[in-house]
Amino acid sequence: MAARSLPPAAEEMPSPWAPVPFRVAQRTAETSDTVTLVLTPARDAPEFPFAPGQFNMLYAFGVGEAAISISGDPAAPGSLVHTVRTAGKVSGALAAAGPGTIVGVRGPYGSAWPLAAAEGKDVVLVAGGLGLPPLRPALYTMLADRGKFGRIEVIYGARTPKDLVFYRQVQEWRARTDLRFQTTVDAADRSWYGDVGLVTARVPDLRVDPANTVAFLCGPEVMLKFTVQALVAKGMTEDQVYVSLERNMKCAIGLCGHCQLGPEFVCRDGPVFRYSDVRRYLTVREL
Amino acid sequence: MTESAQVGGRYVLDRADFPAFLDGMRAAGYRVVGPTVRDRAIVYGEVRAVTDLPIGWTDRQEAGQYRLERRSDEALFGYNVGPHSWKKYLFPAHERLWTATTTDGSFEVRPEPDDATPLAFLGVRACELAAIRVQDRVFGLAGDPTYARRRRSVLRVAVECGQAGRTCFCVSMGTGPAVHDEVDLALTEVLEGDRHYFLLHVGSDRGARVLTDVPLRPASPVEEGAAADRVASAAASMGRSLTTTGIRDVLVNQPDHPRWAIVARRCLACTNCTMACPTCFCQSTEEVPDLSGEKVERWRRWDSCFNSQFSAVHGTSVRQSTQSRYRQWLTHKFGTWHDQFGESGCVGCGRCITWCPVGIDVTEEAAALREPARPTVPSASKGTTP
Ligand SMILES: Cc1cc2nc3c(=O)[nH]c(=O)nc-3n(C[C@H](O)[C@H](O)[C@H](O)COP(=O)(O)OP(=O)(O)OC[C@H]3O[C@@H](n4cnc5c(N)ncnc54)[C@H](O)[C@@H]3O)c2cc1C
Ligand code: SF4
Ligand code: SF4
Ligand code: FES
Repeated sequence: MAARSLPPAAEEMPSPWAPVPFRVAQRTAETSDTVTLVLTPARDAPEFPFAPGQFNMLYAFGVGEAAISISGDPAAPGSLVHTVRTAGKVSGALAAAGPGTIVGVRGPYGSAWPLAAAEGKDVVLVAGGLGLPPLRPALYTMLADRGKFGRIEVIYGARTPKDLVFYRQVQEWRARTDLRFQTTVDAADRSWYGDVGLVTARVPDLRVDPANTVAFLCGPEVMLKFTVQALVAKGMTEDQVYVSLERNMKCAIGLCGHCQLGPEFVCRDGPVFRYSDVRRYLTVREL
Repeated sequence: MTESAQVGGRYVLDRADFPAFLDGMRAAGYRVVGPTVRDRAIVYGEVRAVTDLPIGWTDRQEAGQYRLERRSDEALFGYNVGPHSWKKYLFPAHERLWTATTTDGSFEVRPEPDDATPLAFLGVRACELAAIRVQDRVFGLAGDPTYARRRRSVLRVAVECGQAGRTCFCVSMGTGPAVHDEVDLALTEVLEGDRHYFLLHVGSDRGARVLTDVPLRPASPVEEGAAADRVASAAASMGRSLTTTGIRDVLVNQPDHPRWAIVARRCLACTNCTMACPTCFCQSTEEVPDLSGEKVERWRRWDSCFNSQFSAVHGTSVRQSTQSRYRQWLTHKFGTWHDQFGESGCVGCGRCITWCPVGIDVTEEAAALREPARPTVPSASKGTTP
């Protein structure tokens, strides 16, 4: 058996466990339970470069950590933007953090949406619920360099109109002519003039060249599976589709074991996967 | 006759001089930990004197059974492995990662200071050396600093097995019983008539340094042969075996094999196997705030893929059934570990078999998974299907 080297000495290694303090510079309510936080380093710190699709471990002091995707613009790494929904203790404390509050940040972690592979192609983004924040950095990047991509189609679905995040920005995107941004809700109220129904229902009339398209999907796992089916019915293949997956995460450094999906550590090998690479794991019950 | 020990050299250490060897490790600044008898088991603890070692004891193991018995001799290392493994030192079951305090509106994180005395692991079996190597890779890839710090300071004193346990299968896993790994010192205990000595192989400068004042003499070919015979007899008496050919695929490609349902009927999801396993690394973090709210500690503790909340996402576990959790454990250990770390996660130490309260045997399960999946779930008794 091959001899193996020791782990590197501690001095050579900053602790991957230690969060770095950031200050909440701005807090915007998105929905009744979701806020967007703009964070800036609490102390002199270099910029925080990241790739679209990556996430951080955000730390609420004295409460704990949660994996939260970066929802801001990669071209503006001076501040960090996160969109947090209250799902429990930690996310609740983060969502309640007003301007001036110090939160901790470890990251960025994980794989990214393959934007380089999307160049010269039509791009479909499908977001369900809180799936839009992790896709927003990709959209920012593509719109900043619009000429590099073919048609861009976005389908964004939420349960009700009240659950839509980035509301004003979504209206701006919808008004653009170099992008088709469709919103749909499962259940409309009187204020809603848009589509009603699942995101999958919008897939058949996507105006893309299926053979020359990549799709990025983020949302609940059932939504991902049905959307892939719809895209395949449209003529795409599973290797043109990328999904962002969610699993229990305690460490984000491939060590706690919680996020395993077959051989994959979702925190390190994902969260963004090519669907054809993980399909076999997602189709086994309770894997 | 004493001479200064050379790296690569093979010497004889007489049993009578074993105290001098312990002194040598202490004089070099190590706290010696090794096998001790406690609560009717051989567990790792501090070794201050030879009498702390399990002199004349052996462990009789079977699936779900462990018992200490007297040996007919006064061997110091005449047992195999107990419920503890060295991971309890390198990756403690409960460990503080950092302390943070609030300072004018912000907070400051102080990683754990390095204040521990370096440890000498006395009595590391071949399978355990392999297990340490496996965890080196896991923790090394993650860049875990406390593991690395402890691991680098450890003196590894291996002791080859002179007999195998009933649940041992290191030969199948290619990890033992002979020590082939890089190691600081390796001992083989020989008892022959009224002679009791150790063949000692020096593997590193660090190992040589603790031997400065230890009486040693070069080993004769006869003594080397006697030690090799002992290890060969251990290899010939393995209590269990496991076919490793294609084992990864056997597990990874058969998530729907009916055997999973059968073993799940017995499994209590008690987590014993994962706690006893020297390679299992799963862990959870926890936040420990003090009452003032100004100081917080981050701890980690061993976790297990058998715990119901382990895979919880939005309050619901991905793996709700015991069947899916047992499948995760076995598939990870023998299957996906290869994808993740390029080797097996099992070193064949047998602990999970011995310490399973209902005696589930990984070697038996792995063998059963090689049987072709039958269309219907057979009963637990031997089926009559042709
Ligand atoms: C890669 C990734 C990106 C994410 N991005 C965002 C984001 O941008 N915005 C956002 O609001 N949320 C995001 N989440 C979900 C977020 O991490 C969870 O909502 C949060 O961890 C729940 O923790 P809590 O302490 O608030 O809830 P708890 O009080 O801990 O209760 C929730 C329960 O779910 C468990 N849990 C562990 N991991 C997760 C998880 N990943 N998702 C849900 N529950 C989990 C907790 O351990 C607990 O058992 C993301 C998750 C992942 C894995
Ligand atoms: S799986 Fe069992 S036999 Fe293999 S290393 Fe772990 S405890 Fe030992
Ligand atoms: S598995 Fe091998 S090396 Fe480990 S205790 Fe058993 S005989 Fe010794
Ligand atoms: S989150 Fe800990 S291993 Fe992936």
